[in-house]
Amino acid sequence: MEAYIKGIGNISPQRTFDNSTFLEEIIESARPFMTCIEPNYKEFIEPIQLRRMGRILKMGVTASRICLKDAGIELPDAIIAGTGLGLLQDTEKFLTSMLNNDEKFLNPTSFIQSTHNTVGAHIAVMLKCNKYNYTFVHSNISFESAILDSLMQLKENPDSNILLGGLDEMTDQHYQITERAGFWEKSQNAISKGKGHSKIIPGEGASFFVLSKKQSKTNYARFSGVNTFYKPENTNEIINRINKFLESNNLSVNDIDLILLGQQDQFGDEIFNGVREKLFQESIQTWYKHLCGEYNTSTAFASWLAANILKRQVIPEIIKMKKQNKKIPLKNILIYNHFRNIYHSLILLSAC
Amino acid sequence: MAELTEKLKKEIIEVLNLEDLETDDIENNAPLFGDGLGLDSIDALELIVLLEKNYGIKLEDPKEGKNVFYSVQAMADYIEKNQKN
Amino acid sequence: MPPRVVVTGIGIISSIGQNIPETLQSLKSSKSGIGPITNLNTIHKGTIPVAEIKLSDEELAELAGFTDKDYLTRTSLLGIIAAKEAFNSAGLEIESTYQGVKTGIVSATTVGGMDKTENYYYDFLSNNKYTHYVYTHDCGHSTEKIAELFGIKDYMTTVSTACSSSANAIMFATRLIKNGIVDRVIAGGTDALSKFTLNGFNTLKILDSNPCQPFDNNRMGLNLGEGAGYLILESEEIARKNKSKILCEVSGYANTNDAYHQTASSPDGFGAYLAMKQAIEISGIHAEDIDYINAHGTGTDNNDLTEGIAIEKIFAPAVPKVSSTKPFTGHTLAAAGSIEAIFSVLAIANRMVFPNLNFKEKIGELSFEPVRNLIENIEINHALSNSFGFGGNDTSLILSKY
Repeated sequence: MEAYIKGIGNISPQRTFDNSTFLEEIIESARPFMTCIEPNYKEFIEPIQLRRMGRILKMGVTASRICLKDAGIELPDAIIAGTGLGLLQDTEKFLTSMLNNDEKFLNPTSFIQSTHNTVGAHIAVMLKCNKYNYTFVHSNISFESAILDSLMQLKENPDSNILLGGLDEMTDQHYQITERAGFWEKSQNAISKGKGHSKIIPGEGASFFVLSKKQSKTNYARFSGVNTFYKPENTNEIINRINKFLESNNLSVNDIDLILLGQQDQFGDEIFNGVREKLFQESIQTWYKHLCGEYNTSTAFASWLAANILKRQVIPEIIKMKKQNKKIPLKNILIYNHFRNIYHSLILLSAC
Repeated sequence: MAELTEKLKKEIIEVLNLEDLETDDIENNAPLFGDGLGLDSIDALELIVLLEKNYGIKLEDPKEGKNVFYSVQAMADYIEKNQKN
Repeated sequence: MPPRVVVTGIGIISSIGQNIPETLQSLKSSKSGIGPITNLNTIHKGTIPVAEIKLSDEELAELAGFTDKDYLTRTSLLGIIAAKEAFNSAGLEIESTYQGVKTGIVSATTVGGMDKTENYYYDFLSNNKYTHYVYTHDCGHSTEKIAELFGIKDYMTTVSTACSSSANAIMFATRLIKNGIVDRVIAGGTDALSKFTLNGFNTLKILDSNPCQPFDNNRMGLNLGEGAGYLILESEEIARKNKSKILCEVSGYANTNDAYHQTASSPDGFGAYLAMKQAIEISGIHAEDIDYINAHGTGTDNNDLTEGIAIEKIFAPAVPKVSSTKPFTGHTLAAAGSIEAIFSVLAIANRMVFPNLNFKEKIGELSFEPVRNLIENIEINHALSNSFGFGGNDTSLILSKY
């Protein structure tokens, strides 16, 4: 199952919402967490709607609008989103109001907008899109679930255009709570534990794609495959699963021109380093979380990155892990991510 | 009454996040819903909360809202009639 | 040729029963689970009726085979209890490899771990007493706990689309099997009652202060409930190979969007109409083949009228038997789709139609009225189950006799 990426809209901690540029300027990692560079929403959303939209809703709706325009599509045939935590700001607003006011005088708007499928729903209302509309909410494989559903949709309905998105936001309060709970401590097998910074840097973003089975000169790249797995026994199992995944796509590790890793700093951890050293010595080795931070749907950002690399045949220096000669042309990119060795994901992108 | 309508306009702008509006932009007798300010059913619910929180008036039946929230003037009249002092 | 997908096991817990036999008994004897709040610590105790499961979190943990040191949310516990029953009823055994049968889980929830988060939120902000529950908040957590219990590693995910969530989980699971991604899926959903949801719905002014009256001209709103329901779905080939007891088939499914408003349905129920129409098309049957509709029927002014209009548009003048079972279980939110799909399975398997309790007077604008009393000894070949959620998310499933 595979699909072409026809259009993209990406709002991230880098200046990415303008599709004509590609990481010309790099914005450094911020502490304690990275926040998005946001466009002027008034250019994308009518004031009467904008006024009560929470931040991630604005981000998601705008990224989808940019994406649809980029793809030249007005009405998609399905809207499929993935989010790890949904609309945090609205959830917090309603919850704290409820707790602080003893359940009195509560405002409906933030409750309504705390529902996880709000972004998908809002896009549907704006476009008057009566079609399939799903939201997956499962930790750091939420976006991967949405990719799989999109690919299945296209297998079932090959003439469709699917609007696929991955989004998550970070808030001060959520950071405070999770930081206190030790969520952002680097794991035991992180190489950098004990050296310099011991904390993972969270991030956020909203990345949308239009997928289609139709070839076109303006397509970015193809999603050629996706796979997720849970709590592997050891690195050998991970390596076996990666090999099996590539085999099922008629590829081997030698076909992977560039490996894009979800490690949280340049030192990596035992798992990322093991995979990199054992399987991808010959591939261009890159990482991406210094650009967008750690969040549940960061692989959506990574997909934006990979799609642009394949279309432009350019690898931004900032993502390279070491000096390596570029292979011409770049044909296959594998994104490999895991968080705390719980959910692992593989996303394969190929040139058109 | 003029004080109340002015206060109401400020509160409506705040509660409904009508950021680009000033109190001068809202006429006392202009319809708030539909073609007027373009408010919708969620805004009506927010106004019900406003009524209770700021004026102590509980609107049990949301259907009554159509009349009570017709315009700023209608709201002011309702408040004057029903406010518990 | 994509495989047919069949149901080989079901498991449930709600205010009308802790398992399938208890639930069926309640359905047959018109025993509703709606009543005053006892568990939830809220100012609305005594004013808002709900369909609460009269077991504390500790009692649920015991029933599920866990202790409070396992730090499981109420949502997770309900899910585990129902999933266990489904699993056992399908004759499956917990093992790390499923003898070459690719097995997955697709669950659904809206509340997630909010039942714990809302109790400990101030602690989260100020101390480390309850940090375990910071990690249990997100929607995927309860799914993961069920997956772990059954050793499922091949595929897992969670759907969250408000009130249509678990109907969507069932639809997605069915498509996963048809597309050959997995051979067997445990599909369904779970939601516990929480102050967050209770207060949220209260601000929308759509709660009834009495037991709900779906499709009644004088209906005043919905009652919230809690529960979990899971179905074991398998490809026909696997089910026959393993000699599983086949309860029925998932023959039709559709998800559409009303695209009208965040919380209200369009006046003509367009999204609902499309969902039912497309589900019928997928199943390859005709509208007149539907013997029973388990309606979404929440009891709100808006839903019942628009759902009724949509039903009439497709079925009139021969509207099949329609009932909403929400006067039994309340509106179990993310679990509603799977709980009510299970009721359709029970209708087919037991040859009965469950009543739409509390009904007195037909809605003026509609031509049909729902089923008032239990009907027994009736052939149900095809049952249509509707779940319509916030955000205009409309899903219809068709369960058919195999």
